[in-house]
Parts: sequence; structure tokens; C-alpha cells
Amino acid sequence: MLKPVQILTRNYGLPESWTLQVYQSQGGYQSAKKALSWPQAQVIEEVKKANLRGRGGAGFPAGIKWSFMRPHPTKPAYLVVNADEGEPGTFKDRTIMERDPHRLIEGCMIGCRGVGAHTAYIYVRHELHLAKDRLWAAIREARSAGILGPRPFGVDYPVDVQVHTGAGAYICGEETSLLNSLEGKRGEPRFRPPFPAQFGLFGCPTTVNNVETIATTPSIIEMGGEAFSRQSELHHLGDGGSRLFGVSGHVRTPGIYEACIGLTLRELIYDLGGGLPEGTKLMAIIPGGSSCPVLRAEEIVNAPDDKAILHPWHGKSILDVPIGVDTMRELGTMAGTTCAIVLSDKACPVRALHNLVRFYAHESCGQCTPCREGVGWMGRIMGKLVEGKGSIEELDMLYDIASNIMGNTICAFGEAAAMPMIGFLRKFRPELVQYLHTGGKSSTGGLAL
Amino acid sequence: MPFALSTERERETADIFSRYPNKLAACIPLLHLCQEQNGWISDEVIQFVAERCEVSTAHVQGVVTFYTLFNQKPVGKHQIWVCRTLSCALRGSDQIARHLQKKLGVHIGETTKDGLFTLREAECLAACGQGPMMLIDKTYHENLTPEKVDKILDELTGEAK
Ligand SMILES: Cc1cc2nc3c(=O)[nH]c(=O)nc-3n(C[C@H](O)[C@H](O)[C@H](O)COP(=O)(O)O)c2cc1C
Ligand code: SF4
Ligand code: FES
Repeated sequence: MLKPVQILTRNYGLPESWTLQVYQSQGGYQSAKKALSWPQAQVIEEVKKANLRGRGGAGFPAGIKWSFMRPHPTKPAYLVVNADEGEPGTFKDRTIMERDPHRLIEGCMIGCRGVGAHTAYIYVRHELHLAKDRLWAAIREARSAGILGPRPFGVDYPVDVQVHTGAGAYICGEETSLLNSLEGKRGEPRFRPPFPAQFGLFGCPTTVNNVETIATTPSIIEMGGEAFSRQSELHHLGDGGSRLFGVSGHVRTPGIYEACIGLTLRELIYDLGGGLPEGTKLMAIIPGGSSCPVLRAEEIVNAPDDKAILHPWHGKSILDVPIGVDTMRELGTMAGTTCAIVLSDKACPVRALHNLVRFYAHESCGQCTPCREGVGWMGRIMGKLVEGKGSIEELDMLYDIASNIMGNTICAFGEAAAMPMIGFLRKFRPELVQYLHTGGKSSTGGLAL
Repeated sequence: MPFALSTERERETADIFSRYPNKLAACIPLLHLCQEQNGWISDEVIQFVAERCEVSTAHVQGVVTFYTLFNQKPVGKHQIWVCRTLSCALRGSDQIARHLQKKLGVHIGETTKDGLFTLREAECLAACGQGPMMLIDKTYHENLTPEKVDKILDELTGEAK
């Protein structure tokens, strides 16, 4: 059900919303003050109760992630905020940093308390110049007000926040690649184990969280974890609260909207996104960033088992399923960043797939053979196919290549690149075959309307 | 001639080093600072950053080649990055890219003869809801139409004259 809320976005519309004065006039930094006076375990407990699932794509519960951190006898701990925002279709974290940077900084203070760190690094992709400027300005304001520094609010728990930037590499959104990049190295993902919680930034215990995950924590401390979680229709699935939803592509009012979890794909596309442009019909949705397998508009939920998560929607349209980490997984896709890309019937699915495959072929870091060779190969085959020159055998080959990447790589980029391919091959085989048979002429031809 | 930073930027380096527990971590921010001044990462810049960060030039070279935003050769005064990824493509980024090439008389990847503009394609720049879009230097230009592109470019060209 669509329940629009303004929790995370409450300051978005205010003039000068990015200044300390405005932030504090809206009750800002009261949660950090509270959290710093609490024992670490209590902060973690509250975030656990909030059922805050990571907003960066994988949906891992933040409270549980924080509880993996163990103090080291000699090394400091770090909180690292992932502001790389590189997943195609995703444009939500930028709004937080540009319009309400103090909320992220307050979240960093709470996060530092939760993981036992005194320093947070926010890793922002270099292109987001306004976001970086606003963050630095906010940090300077918070430092001069004594909010960041040796004794925030007179509490003996020093906290400082730094901004670091990348230099244009999608892979640096992957957390271990990001850590290498922060250390001044090539952004190549690391083998796991060891996990960042044991051996992360500069070899120290580290937690990496997404911008939105961290920026949500002040509201959690303010409302109480349980109350936050209960706003969600999927509270019973451990998927709590509200979050940012994005919609782009063939809709009338693309944008970022906050709503309680429970929002369905239909509501995202038609109520928030304003529906499809005149004369077009919904063909497909990529629910949460380009790595999530595509769904077709006409799909029906098949969950006859009354214990299945999706059973309440058995026989209904997939568009009526609430967008949640577990519900989308059960549909064979992912909630990802909950920023959906919408394709109308005027979009050519072959060209859409080609656009995405080309992206991944361009972004592999090249460390592991199945990924480096596989995505390059898929890129070359798709390049031919889109010219109308491929064969049916090559469609099967694409499926094999993608399947062979899955599970055989150092990092999840391999899956991220393979899953859209497998998704399109499964859902759009008739269109792909027809495209081949007609030498690329049968389709609507392009992507833009 | 060895590379040197302007006095103002030189002052900034102390601030950059103070953010990290070791010197290596300052490598990428220092490269950005140098590129802001120099336009691209020359061998002299690599030498400079290697000395400051107390690492080998080979390490810095490795970093520079990994990241797309470091220019390995001189570029135009203004950098134009036009996004070509799916959300923007669904809203007409192809047309914008074609228009830019025609208007500037260059292909993607090239610099105009007057040295004013380098045109490049970018992957998703986190403005998907406002596509088609381009980034020029430090500014996002969103919801583009060919007319809007003309206006933006004419203003920049006018400034340069
Ligand atoms: C190839 C790849 C790219 C990623 N890009 C991002 C990104 O841009 N932003 C982000 O927050 N997480 C990204 N992630 C997920 C991170 O690795 C990590 O799981 C996340 O930052 C954890 O934060 P969360 O638990 O708060 O969601 C990416 C993962 C992969 C495999
Ligand atoms: S899976 Fe791809 S991106 Fe990840 S480490 Fe291997 S080669 Fe690099
Ligand atoms: S697809 Fe162009 S900004 Fe995201």
C-alpha cells in the first residue's frame, strides 16, 4: 500500500536545508547526542529492532552487520559510508548528500558509536561535486559548533568525519574495492575472508554501509527502532520502516520518493511515477538498479504453498507485490536499491539488454578470468546481435557464459553482470529470436520514445 | 621541469594528508588536485605525487590507469560527459550525443580544434530521473533537449571569447 512519508526527506523542501541552522531547527543532532550517551550495545539493539535492511543493494540487516565488529587491542575501527552511487538507474543517495548532508553526518556519529569507531570516511564518487561541497561545508559547520570533534555534546567520545572521492570506476562501489581505493590503490576487490569487520580499511575492523542506511539511523534513534520498523507492511519479514524509492525511464514523473515499505511496483510506476507516457504500455521493470533481473508486466505470482512468502499474492499480478528484500528475491529478482527502471512497449528489449551488457563489459576490473573474459565475450556477441547478425546458438551461448560467471568470481560484480543477461534471456527469448530472424528490423527499433 | 602546485593548492595538501593515517591514502586526492591545475596527469605529475606519497612512480601510474577520470593526455578546457546508460538512453541520450558531436564537429573522445571542449560518454552519473543529462566540468545539466544543449554550449563559448 502507498503510504507516503517524510522521515528521511523531511527537510528536503526547506530553504537552505543543507545548513546547520536549518537542520538544528528541525531537531537535528538530538539523536546523535542520545546515541553517544548510550552503551554501544544499546545502539546496535535499537538498529536491530528497526529491521533496517542495507539500502546499498544486498539488503543485509544493518544492526547485525554492526554486531560483527569486535574491538581490536591496538587498531582503531572505522565506519565507511558508501556514496559511490554507481548502479545504473540509482539516483537516491545524491539527494541526501545535496539536500540534507547534516543528516548523513549525524548518521555517521550514530554509526561510529554502533561499530565502535571514532572516524567515518564518506566515499563519494568524484562526479558528485555539489554533494561533496555540501558535505564538506556541513562537516566544517559541525566541527566549529563542537558537534564533531573530541567531545561532542560534552561526551567523551571523539568523532570525526572525512570525505574521500573516487575517480570514476563503477567497481569501487563494491565494498572491498572501495576500501582499496580509499587506501590510495587501484580499486580491485579483495578476496574474502578476511571480511572487512576483521581486516578492513588500513587493515583495521571496518563496517561499510550505504549513505541511505546511515542517514536513516537518526530517525531510528528518534522514533525508537520498533516504531520505525512497524511503519513497514513487511515488518513481519524483518524489512522495516520507510525508504527512498526511485523511478526512471518511460514514466511521466520520474524521481525519488519516500514511502513506507509495502509500496508495490504498480504504485511506484503509476502513483509516484505518474504512469507511462501517452500511447505506450508497460512492458517491463528492472526493480532496483540494472543488476536486478527484469520482470515482465504480465507476470503472475505463483506461490500455491501457504507457507511461501508470496502466498498472499498467489495468482495476482507481480505488480501488486510490495517491494521488499525478500519479496523481490522470491520473485526471482532483487529489491536492490529500489530505484526502478521502466520500459514501455516502445522500447526494444534487445537494445536495452545491449546497453546494459556494454556497461558491464566496460566496468569489469579484470582480476578474474570468468568475469573479465565472460563479460567481454557477452559484450561482443550482443554487439553483433543488436546489428541483427547473431544466431540462435549464440543466444544459448550467452546463457552458458553468464551461468559460468555466476559463483566463480572474487566479487559480486560477476553476478551483477550475469543476472541481467540471464533475466532477459529467460523473459524475452521470443523477442530475441524474432529480432534475429528479421535481422533486427522487427522491433520498435530504439530505446527512446 | 618538475611539476609544482600553486601556493594555494600547496596549502591544501597539508589538509589532505591530515585526513589519513598514512601518506599512500592521499594519492587519489592529490592526483585530483594536480589535475585541477594541470588539466591532465603528466609524467611530472606522477613523479610529484609519488614523492609526496612516498610510493613508487609505478604505483601511481597503476592508479592513474585504473580510474577513467584521470586524463592520461591533455584535454580541452571544458570536459563534457554525456551519459549513455539505460535510464538516459530511454529518454533520448542518443539524440543528445549525436547533437553534441554535430554541433562541436568532433566524435566522442575527441577535443575541438580550438581546444575548448573534450566530448566523452559516461556511464550512469546518478541523475537517471532527470535524463538525458551531461556533466560539464563540475555542473550537472539535466532534462536536456538539443535546444538546451545549444544554449549551454553557446554560453560557455561566449565566455571564452
Ligand atoms: C559491483 C558492485 C557495485 C556496488 N555499488 C554500490 C554503490 O554504488 N553504492 C552502495 O551503497 N553499494 C554498492 N554495492 C554494495 C556494497 O558492496 C555494499 O554491500 C554496501 O555498500 C553495503 O551497504 P548496506 O549494507 O548499507 O547496503 C555494490 C556492490 C557491487 C558488487
Ligand atoms: S568479479 Fe569481475 S569485477 Fe569482481 S574482482 Fe573479478 S574481475 Fe574484478
Ligand atoms: S542512466 Fe544516465 S544518469 Fe543514470
